[in-house]
Amino acid sequence: MADTPANRNACTGTGPEASPEILGLSLDRRNFLTAVGLAAAGVLAGCSSEAREKYLQKHFLELSPQEVERRLSRLSAEYAKQLGQPVNLSGTTARPGVVFGYALDLSRCIGCRRCVYACVKENNQSRDPQIQWIRVLEMEKARGIDFEGANPYYDPDKVPDPEHFYVPVACQQCRHPQCTTVCPVGATWQEPDGIVVIDYDWCIGCRCCMAACPYGARRFNWGEPHLPSAEANPTMHYLGNRPRTRGVAEKCTFCVQRTRDGRYPACVEICPVGARKFGNLLDPEDEISRILREKRVFVLKAELKTEPKFYYFYGI
Amino acid sequence: MLVMAGVTVLVILVSIIRSQPVVTPAGAPADKAYGPADFPAVYAKDDALVGIDSNATGEAKAFAVPAPPFSEGVFPCMECHSGFAPNPERRPLEAMHGDIVLQHDEKNRWCLDCHDANDRNQLHLANGTLIPFTESYRLCGQCHGTQFRDWRSGIHGKRTGYWDGHKRYLLCVNCHNPHSPRFAPLQPLPPPIRPQFLRSSDGPVTTAASTQRSSVSAAKEADHGGHAR
Amino acid sequence: MGPAKFITTSARFVLSGGLAYWLWIGLLLALVVWGGMAYVDQFQSGLIVTNMRDQVSWAFYIGNFTFLVGVAAAAVVLVIPAYVYQWGPIKEVAILGEILAISAIVMCLLFVVADMGHPERFWHLVPIIGNMNFPSAVLAWDVLVLNLYLVLNVVVVVHILYRGMQGRHYNPNLVVPLVLLSIPAAVGIHTVTAFIYAGLPGRPYWNASILAPRFLCSAFCSGPAVMLVLFQILQRTTKIAIKDAAIWKVAELMAYAMFLNLFLLGAELFKEYYSATEHLIHFEYLFKGIHGHTALVPYAWAYVICGVGAFLLFLFPATRKNIITLNLGCLMIYASVYIEKGMGLVMPAFTPDTLGEIYEYTPTLHELRIGAAIFSIGFLVFTILCRIAIPIMTGEFTKVETPATSRASARVASAA
Repeated sequence: MADTPANRNACTGTGPEASPEILGLSLDRRNFLTAVGLAAAGVLAGCSSEAREKYLQKHFLELSPQEVERRLSRLSAEYAKQLGQPVNLSGTTARPGVVFGYALDLSRCIGCRRCVYACVKENNQSRDPQIQWIRVLEMEKARGIDFEGANPYYDPDKVPDPEHFYVPVACQQCRHPQCTTVCPVGATWQEPDGIVVIDYDWCIGCRCCMAACPYGARRFNWGEPHLPSAEANPTMHYLGNRPRTRGVAEKCTFCVQRTRDGRYPACVEICPVGARKFGNLLDPEDEISRILREKRVFVLKAELKTEPKFYYFYGI
Repeated sequence: MLVMAGVTVLVILVSIIRSQPVVTPAGAPADKAYGPADFPAVYAKDDALVGIDSNATGEAKAFAVPAPPFSEGVFPCMECHSGFAPNPERRPLEAMHGDIVLQHDEKNRWCLDCHDANDRNQLHLANGTLIPFTESYRLCGQCHGTQFRDWRSGIHGKRTGYWDGHKRYLLCVNCHNPHSPRFAPLQPLPPPIRPQFLRSSDGPVTTAASTQRSSVSAAKEADHGGHAR
Repeated sequence: MGPAKFITTSARFVLSGGLAYWLWIGLLLALVVWGGMAYVDQFQSGLIVTNMRDQVSWAFYIGNFTFLVGVAAAAVVLVIPAYVYQWGPIKEVAILGEILAISAIVMCLLFVVADMGHPERFWHLVPIIGNMNFPSAVLAWDVLVLNLYLVLNVVVVVHILYRGMQGRHYNPNLVVPLVLLSIPAAVGIHTVTAFIYAGLPGRPYWNASILAPRFLCSAFCSGPAVMLVLFQILQRTTKIAIKDAAIWKVAELMAYAMFLNLFLLGAELFKEYYSATEHLIHFEYLFKGIHGHTALVPYAWAYVICGVGAFLLFLFPATRKNIITLNLGCLMIYASVYIEKGMGLVMPAFTPDTLGEIYEYTPTLHELRIGAAIFSIGFLVFTILCRIAIPIMTGEFTKVETPATSRASARVASAA
């Protein structure tokens, strides 16, 4: 286009070769971004400083130890107020030389579901809407391990039913977890002691992890969780059983608040028939290592190469 | 054309939300959400850690087990049995201990194969060695060697305590009635709520007094045939 | 002409219209408000107002998102003939495809936001200020690629319209590279979206290499179907000159895409039914029902029959060029791909779930309302952008600054 007066832009007076509309476009974009930024700043400025700090808080792994302490004490106060009782919220880190393993004796499990409700009690799961991290599947002996015929809603008068056996399933704490790979914001990761954890304050609730988990181990807070204060467990861990909000994922954490202090998970302790075993895979004398050595263990869906640290075996 | 498309889509969508599942799911209705508070007998506050240390160094006492679960008033046995001579004849007991039903290889064995005839306060192994009731696992281990070896290394039995320190061991008889050791079936706790009932419109559903379940909560206290824990 | 004038002139276009136009806008705004209220309820109560549960954790929103990514990708069906082959009849209307792409991407992003448990934490997804799990999470790739495609199309469209309003030709050094870049970007958005699904070994219904090619083929059927219908509407309601040749060429390209779509579907059905492994159960749920659960069966057969029928209608030039059968075919393929991407893709993967449980999902009224609101927003964006674009394309718009109006408009119309 020739640079004639007719072709000059009357507003800016520049010719067609200098691209005012590019600047115009940039100005548009710049103006727009400025407006959005000011609006966001305005909204944030209008909040209280606690709300602002909470909204803008960093990912847990990016915190320095002092920042962790500060966050733990803020949350302790918050939960104490919410539950009407003092809470003990820790951020105990993984012990070196420890990788947790779990083994479940399928020849002994009778499907009584005491582990399910012990877990609910220990880990402050929502009572309504109901969340249960452990799901016990009733399978037919004639079919063996076959998820297609599995029934989690069995309710006979007595268990075990002679024609069925029972397979409790919770997070398998895989060595190659699918859930941590697909999380778009890195809200779930595997700790050095092998537990796959979630930072509930970072999770955006996209549920990609739930689509990815081959074991259906992850639960979602579809509604606002309801935990009666009388039933709350005040011993909490940041990555474990602290109260969750709606819209975040949660799952079994091998009772991180217990196991990092040397205790067994709640499900192990409640099992009346001793079907559940837990320990440190790196310790050759630990019962879990003995089980791997002496019993023939297997894992669920081995072909997916998730390499769970949750083993199943037949003790008798 | 657009109107037709819109109407088609609407018809599809409306027919979707109006359709109800026609199949009743297998198993219990599971339209109630139960919580652990509904089963206070099962989840009584019980500290399994009494008397054990975490990471205790040094020689641990071998198998610090709780006391044997004797029935009321039956121990020490010699208080009665010192008053008369032992009768080694195999027979069903009538004068006393008739309440004990032996379902433990009863075709081949009877009381005095485990209880010592002369010192009723102790048990005896096959070679005659006397062992106290607090070490009854040695007796069980004679026949049930696999379970005994598993129990020793922590693989067999209810597991409480510290994985990184002292495990809490129980006696065999804390779980298994030595006279009829097979566990009786028990009533399972309720199934999870079905996903279509997850949303409750009228507040929490877990109440201790909810439904016929509460009448069987008491039955759950007698967990296994025999000894309470 | 500065940006302020551009905005005010655009506003003038958008705010002027007859009764039909305002009824249309009114209907869309009403749906937006109605759905917006449902979203407020969902934001406050949580996603429990939907029928999604742990067993079926992605459903209506993600199904629509997947379908709309396909529609957005389909702009490439116009862009390639227009900019690579410089074919006049389509080149004149390629901008409409880009406008459709913008509307579709806006709807995609809104569906994702509607599906999130914590939408206010969206900034966690932004690199540097958040913690984007790149390159490991495919969803992170999708966020980048979708936004890139959106930005590409917005820059191109706004630039062309801005220049057009000034009566000037667009800057080819800016537009052509961006448009050519939008071709792999379009392929990219739907491939990455397919990879979100295909990369999950825990969901065998999705974990197939054929998923990405199937997505692309069905995208190239459904998006152009929308465009064809819109072209015909615009032909009749505005002064824009869309040549019939453009419509027939797009229909011809769609025929190829439909064939590939059916071929890939056939390939997948063969593999599943012939090897008849455990994974067949998802297809059985779709086409036969399992254990008495048959809710999806009529829809599954509808989508296959519509897909085959549409292909036959588009295969023969006689029916492809007949306006009634052409539109019938468009409707059929649109319905077929919509059902396939929504009910046929997302739900069977979760039924039965990983532990064998069957939960039959149907959307709630909340979800439908929010979906209607998002579709209305998409239609609004499309309407508004067309409202601005068409006067410029037809030369109806007389510029205020320079006198070389008709010459410039004609150039714009042939360039856009």
